[in-house]
Amino acid sequence: MHLYILRRLLYTIPIIIGVSLVCFSFIHLAPGDPINSVLPEQASAEVVAQIKAAYGFDKPLPIQYLKWFSNVLSGDFGLSIMTRRPVLSEVGPAVAHTALLAVSATLLSFLLGTSLGLVAGMTTRRVTDRSVTAFSVVGISLPHYWLGMVMVVIFAVKMRMLPATGMGPAGADLTQFGIEDIKHLLLPAVTLAMIPTGIIARSVRATVAEVRRQDFVQTLKGKGLRRPRMFLHVIKNAAPPAIAIMGLQFAQLLGGSILVETVFSWPGTGFLLNAAISTRDLPLLQGTVIVLATFFVLTNVLVDIVQTLIDPRVRRA
Amino acid sequence: MPVSVSRRTLLASGAAASLVPGVARAEPRTLRIAMTMADIPLTTGQANQGSEGQRFMGVTVYDGMINFGLSRADIAAPLVPGLALSWEVDAATKTVWTFKLRPGVKFHDGSAFDADAVVWNLDKLIKRDAPHYDQAQATQGATYVATIASYRALDPTTVEITTHTPDAVFPYQVPYLYISSPARWKALGGDWNKFAQTPSGTGPWVLDSFTPRDRALLHRNASYWDTARIPKCERLVLLAMPDATTRVSALLSGQVNWIEAPPPDAVPQLKAAGMNITTNVYPHVWPYQLSTLPTSPFHDVRVRKAANLAIDRDGLVKLLGGLAVPARGMVQATHPWFGKPTFDIRYDPDQAKKLLREAGYGPDKRVQVKFLISTAGSGQMQPLPMNEFVQENLKDVGIDVSFDTMDWESLRARRRAGCEAPENKGADALNNSWSFPDPFNGLIGTSWSIKKPPKGVNWGSYNDPVADEIAAKAQAEFDTAKQNELLAQLHTRIVDQSMWVWVVHDLNPRAMAPNVKGFVSAQSWLQDLTPVSVE
Repeated sequence: MHLYILRRLLYTIPIIIGVSLVCFSFIHLAPGDPINSVLPEQASAEVVAQIKAAYGFDKPLPIQYLKWFSNVLSGDFGLSIMTRRPVLSEVGPAVAHTALLAVSATLLSFLLGTSLGLVAGMTTRRVTDRSVTAFSVVGISLPHYWLGMVMVVIFAVKMRMLPATGMGPAGADLTQFGIEDIKHLLLPAVTLAMIPTGIIARSVRATVAEVRRQDFVQTLKGKGLRRPRMFLHVIKNAAPPAIAIMGLQFAQLLGGSILVETVFSWPGTGFLLNAAISTRDLPLLQGTVIVLATFFVLTNVLVDIVQTLIDPRVRRA
Repeated sequence: MPVSVSRRTLLASGAAASLVPGVARAEPRTLRIAMTMADIPLTTGQANQGSEGQRFMGVTVYDGMINFGLSRADIAAPLVPGLALSWEVDAATKTVWTFKLRPGVKFHDGSAFDADAVVWNLDKLIKRDAPHYDQAQATQGATYVATIASYRALDPTTVEITTHTPDAVFPYQVPYLYISSPARWKALGGDWNKFAQTPSGTGPWVLDSFTPRDRALLHRNASYWDTARIPKCERLVLLAMPDATTRVSALLSGQVNWIEAPPPDAVPQLKAAGMNITTNVYPHVWPYQLSTLPTSPFHDVRVRKAANLAIDRDGLVKLLGGLAVPARGMVQATHPWFGKPTFDIRYDPDQAKKLLREAGYGPDKRVQVKFLISTAGSGQMQPLPMNEFVQENLKDVGIDVSFDTMDWESLRARRRAGCEAPENKGADALNNSWSFPDPFNGLIGTSWSIKKPPKGVNWGSYNDPVADEIAAKAQAEFDTAKQNELLAQLHTRIVDQSMWVWVVHDLNPRAMAPNVKGFVSAQSWLQDLTPVSVE
């Protein structure tokens, strides 16, 4: 088991290096310069050269990359071009804000998606199954952006029940969390939960339906096992693939949603990435991507480990 | 960790309560503004993020030695004394400026403002070996200090600044040089990141705290040196909301009581909900900067004039929900620099076709041009539908336009390179909104042939000896009235020569809740929040 975990962790290293390299290359392939956004409107060639040198963008690209990556390994993610604040101090709070949103959306989507999927899977080809399938398709198909705006119009503008934008006064500090914070959280969390709910519901439904068709279930039924006991056996066998899907969804939610966070002015990683992309803030963009990639990869490793604990067949595979 | 993210402070201040619906009305003296920026601008003095950054984190927390007068809506914002009571140039050299400073001014931290503080602030932007030299601020201030050769304090209330060459437009750069507190910087161990958390200027607002990409909380400076401009509101909350629809929702739901740049299609809805829309002209024009190289059809003045006559500006204004006015030149007709152009920029497609025929074009030989445009950007208004509208207009008279569409930063880089740069080969025009707050950026730098990039902002390599002569005179004329006369002559010339295609002037729209009173929409990119009250 320990060897398995170690191996999984070692796999993460080349993945993260690859992500950083691809991110760095793509940014430099785009037209324009990383310092464009901070250059004064009428900057002379002298001023441009001076600023380039100050930010280290006058060096060849491989040197820039190696210097940046070696600094990252020592915990120095550099300074944001736009704000001159350390990248880690920008990414840290943003990750906390997104994590709050992601965990809330994940809990919502897990509870709702799993419940709906189980109901549908246990009642295949009936009205409940078809209703859940229709709901899932709608959930997956609705654009986040549109749904968020519609909910804002209904619940914030028309009914004035919930705030339209922003985080609550406690931010990501759970010790200060109150009713106003929950109010701020509701609309973006529900918006963000819609797609994963649909995906999880469909996956759980498919897995449960498949497990129910397997021989051992028929045997259990033939032996006269009561329905609740049989349900437990079905769940146990359906859990690993469902957990894998959930893990992926959680990792994606943790990456932040540029659109949802922009619609709700939620100061998370999606909002941060949006700002970094539009201003070509190279260190901030690279730092955010590398942190998110690490989270994504580690979440997947964690899911793999949990799957292995639940079902040893996964490890053998 | 350089940034204070104290939401407890926010709770304690009560401002948080004003950020949620239902509670907003309990805090009547808090002005809550949704900005279009995605982040809070730099708080250390030289704000970033362009004019909006300076509007909300420059002139609020800081002053320049010279300020823009923002109290009137009916005139272009003039230069007025700020931290300097007066300024004059040495009559003999025309390069040595003497600023007499306002005595008795205090920074927010209680320390005194004096000539040493001015020198210290110039050092932070210019003197690279100074301990407090700040690259972030130097980057933002580079344009404004480029003309400065040296500076010194003559006595506690007198500063002398020498420019490299006689530069009559230097005073227009001074408002953008914001004065931070040396005492606060020293007290914080000489750390600009710490200074950013608790900055200290002399301005009418004091920054309490901010959360990056979320909000900034300010309170009024009750002991502001200009007693007529002590803010009416007790608190100011600035919220980062780059999405226009989000801003509209925030206003309609009562979460904020002021939004910047409402989208035109939301204006009827906002009005129906009782919101006030404020508009006014300001130094902004939405133009096409034309390449006048021999390889471009716009080398011919008749084609340039035809393009100007082909555009149905009234139709375009309608498309924009009335949030713009047709342009008749670089500046508005009421501006002191407008002059008396004989070429009347209007919608006259027949005349446009006639001019094109005279230039050798017709149905068998249509004008083929390529425009560089952006998908969005500061001051770019609604670039895609507007460009498509103009494209149809030009097509109707025989000018076929193809677009090279790019993001805002790429467009700015292409502008900075000039039309002669290899990357701009084949580009005939560039659609980059333009600001004319001062004579250089507005008229001199755009029309003078020696000001091609990188020396200036003459993107299209416009080369007109008559304009050159007037531009040179205007640059060297230190009498404001005489300089204005020369600038009017220059404007007359460039309109008569159709240097650019000028399309519309933006109207600087803002939407406000009905209980927001006292705002005067100045003809400026900057605005004064001090007279605003929330009843």
